[in-house]
Amino acid sequence: MLTLAILLPLAAAALLAFAPLSASLSRSLAIAAAALSLVALVVVWAGFTPAAGFQAVQEAPWIPALGVAWRVGVDGISLPLALMSGLLFVAAIAWPMEREVNARQYYAWFLFLEGASLGVFLTLDLLIFYVFFDLSLVGMYFLIGRWGHGEAQRAALKFFLYTLAGSLLILLAIIALVLMVDPLTFDMRELIAMQPVAGMDLRAGLILLGFVIGFAVKTPLFPVHTWLPPAHVDAPGAASAILAGVLLKMGTYGLVRIAMQMMRETFATWALAIGIVALISILWGSIVAFAQENLKRRIAYTSVNHMGYAVLGIAVAGSAVTGHEAARDLALTGAVVEMVAHGLITGALFLIAGAFWARRQEYDLDHYGGLAGNAPRMMAAMGLASFASLGLPGLAGFVAEVQIFIGAFAVWPWLAALALLGLIVTAALFLGMLQRIFFGQRPPALNDFADLTAVEMSVMAALLVLVVLIGVWPAWLLEMIGAGALLATGGG
Amino acid sequence: MPVADLGPEIALIAGAIAALLLAMVLPQPRLGWCLAAALTALAVAALWALAQAGAARLTFSGTFALDGVTLWARAIIVVTTALCLALAPCWFASDRRHGEFYTMTLFSALGAVAMAGAADLMQLVMAVLLSSVTGYVLAVWHRDWALSVEAGMKYFLIGALANALLVIGVILLMGMTGTSDFAALKGADVSSPLALLGLALIVCGLAFKLGAVPGHAWMPDVAEGAPVPAAAFLTVVPKIGAALALYRLVHLFPETDMLRPLIAALSVLTMSLGNLAALWQTDVRRLIGWSSVSQSGYALMAVAVADLSAEALPALIWFLAAYALANVTAFAVVAHLRGRTALEDYNGLARTRPDMAAGLIVAFLSLVGIPPLIGFVGKLGLFLVTIDGGYTWLALAAVLNTVVSLFYYARVIAPMYFTARPDARPATLGRSSGAIAVLCAIALIGLGLLSGPFLAQAFGGVVLP
Repeated sequence: MLTLAILLPLAAAALLAFAPLSASLSRSLAIAAAALSLVALVVVWAGFTPAAGFQAVQEAPWIPALGVAWRVGVDGISLPLALMSGLLFVAAIAWPMEREVNARQYYAWFLFLEGASLGVFLTLDLLIFYVFFDLSLVGMYFLIGRWGHGEAQRAALKFFLYTLAGSLLILLAIIALVLMVDPLTFDMRELIAMQPVAGMDLRAGLILLGFVIGFAVKTPLFPVHTWLPPAHVDAPGAASAILAGVLLKMGTYGLVRIAMQMMRETFATWALAIGIVALISILWGSIVAFAQENLKRRIAYTSVNHMGYAVLGIAVAGSAVTGHEAARDLALTGAVVEMVAHGLITGALFLIAGAFWARRQEYDLDHYGGLAGNAPRMMAAMGLASFASLGLPGLAGFVAEVQIFIGAFAVWPWLAALALLGLIVTAALFLGMLQRIFFGQRPPALNDFADLTAVEMSVMAALLVLVVLIGVWPAWLLEMIGAGALLATGGG
Repeated sequence: MPVADLGPEIALIAGAIAALLLAMVLPQPRLGWCLAAALTALAVAALWALAQAGAARLTFSGTFALDGVTLWARAIIVVTTALCLALAPCWFASDRRHGEFYTMTLFSALGAVAMAGAADLMQLVMAVLLSSVTGYVLAVWHRDWALSVEAGMKYFLIGALANALLVIGVILLMGMTGTSDFAALKGADVSSPLALLGLALIVCGLAFKLGAVPGHAWMPDVAEGAPVPAAAFLTVVPKIGAALALYRLVHLFPETDMLRPLIAALSVLTMSLGNLAALWQTDVRRLIGWSSVSQSGYALMAVAVADLSAEALPALIWFLAAYALANVTAFAVVAHLRGRTALEDYNGLARTRPDMAAGLIVAFLSLVGIPPLIGFVGKLGLFLVTIDGGYTWLALAAVLNTVVSLFYYARVIAPMYFTARPDARPATLGRSSGAIAVLCAIALIGLGLLSGPFLAQAFGGVVLP
């Protein structure tokens, strides 16, 4: 079933790449393929037992000489992420294109990217993980470069170069890690069980450094986040939503799955350092976002801030401070919920930003004002997403952040206290943004500004209903994650 | 004399002679028929080589090794040569006399195979000379075109120097050890300064064939000026022979402290120089030439850790196969587009010739090492063995270089895919060149996914003596 969820979009992408279909037919086909892939994931979810290790496992040999095989399976971390990605892809594909050029190839690349992204979360083989990790770069490169605007080629190249450097570091670290095992295997389950670098000092530290830098580029953490703003600003809205909602999660997912689970001891040694980097990202992201006059750039920097919370949660969870098991469980659960919530919320925000571009070809906040009158539905959707993003109780962001902060306060109180400052700045920047767009004097040029269409509204509804649902009744998600089991066995 | 041991090589000679005879009797428009003779010979050579797949022995009084290295050299070289030659009839259609092209190419391929199979220093010199002499002629085939003549001259001048150094090196080594036989040389004492100098000179001589520092300067010129089928051949086939011959040499002297660091240093210099020089090229053929230099640097990574890591040989073999296929694909696309080479000629190619644009993109991404293309498996193997062999810094240097290389490949990919449709559709050469480009591009994906069985076979390969 998981294999199907990955291969279905890839097959549909291949079909779209070669068959001369019309734009509307391509669109319907793409939506259908993405939806079917989501259905396959939901079927797996239906049969999922929380906190019972890897499930729905499938295996087939690929390069036996190197111990590489096609292995897929899910646990409490990967399943929520995969479900969120599947949903967000349906939303991004169903969202209307900003510029209607080469629709067939546009949808083909989106489906290709979906297959690669789901592959990253669902595979249980380190090498296949790397394969899909790299393929997601290729897909995003072409989407930004071809359908972006402004300096799209430059932004696409910067994105590709930066993240390829990161992913190659990950590859070296993967190889170094795997070489500790005899015979060679890339099976994640075995590596988690064996803890290949336990008891080593320098070498283990260097391997961890490779993973942390590589995943930090992707997450992105300060100071290797500089590729993110141009990539977001120049990408089409739907691609931005995927970039923020799905691709960034690969960084944090890798930190949990590989750095934390496979190198428990080493990660614990360096957890505080990672936590401090996360703190800097939280503060830096929120302060810099506050200073942005460009709508999309502002949302992009809040991603740096929010992913900082997720990494903080992971660092807390991986720290081996004894006597705080409950707090660490809480922090890990919070980090996973943050990943899911950020995917839904920021995905929605970027889609709306795309709607602004589609209507006015302008991201400058000063360009807008007083839109509450013409675009009430847009205001409602953006307002809800913004409130969720700044952590209003009753919405998904709050559930995540409160758990991360409780966990962090138990382990490193001073760090958590400093990180709280980020929340205040974030609240200010979102409220300011809403105020400048929707209230005040409306420039006459905006009098014919159109509200969200029915298609756009239904996509928004699908994402935001979940944001509210996780906010008011998070039990089902928390149960699915079952962080306690993940920490106790390491294997989850 | 077990003549059958050299069956594949004899088939190449027979094919070359047959092509030459045909060239003498055929009228100009039918010179393409020589291709049939050449392809038949290559097919026979390939089948014969496969029949000897399990062999592991020295033959012809210990001058030629029948082992895993030779098997793979034969296989990769024969396939690559066939692909390059298949481009030739269209390319040379207006050439008054090109029947000899097939003969020369087959002889050159023979030289490359002999390089990889040589188990004797004198035999190695003979092979290098055969490969070089024919190579000069191939590079300068368009004798009315200044760039082609310049390429041939540069190739010849550098080659003459490098071959002289190689011969001096062989003489020094023979003089100090008293033998030219690899079996006798294995583990011999080469600690005297003169023997070490000889060894270094041999490495320099082979570096010329490999296109590595210090003998790399001909590569971009040949890529730009030689006829495209010859450029595809010369940037790939001698390199395969030389890389495997170097591997054999390092394998001979596992105790010599100097050899591995020397090769590792050459490796870093080669990949960095090739990549940096390629960065701002505005000529696609020249860019591919410099990228070929950098790829030689990657190949040297596996040579540096020969025997330090058990998988060094399969990693080298599969990397060479991946490189050969990707480079031939790129040149096949260039050939199909009638050799157009300025960067702006590629603007909007994805609209006008989507198949060729896709082929070139796949070839470049394979050279970068993007999964699941075959180039990824090749590079993965290199990283694996260099880290395993204790040369982690070399792997880090290669990573850095890979990122740099993406920049210049993207300089070609981006205008092809991102710029608007140009007014005219570029003219193409013929059906066969397009078919080869598409076929190779599919193979880059397919062989990447099906690397398993091939790697398993390469794992079993032995190195003699």
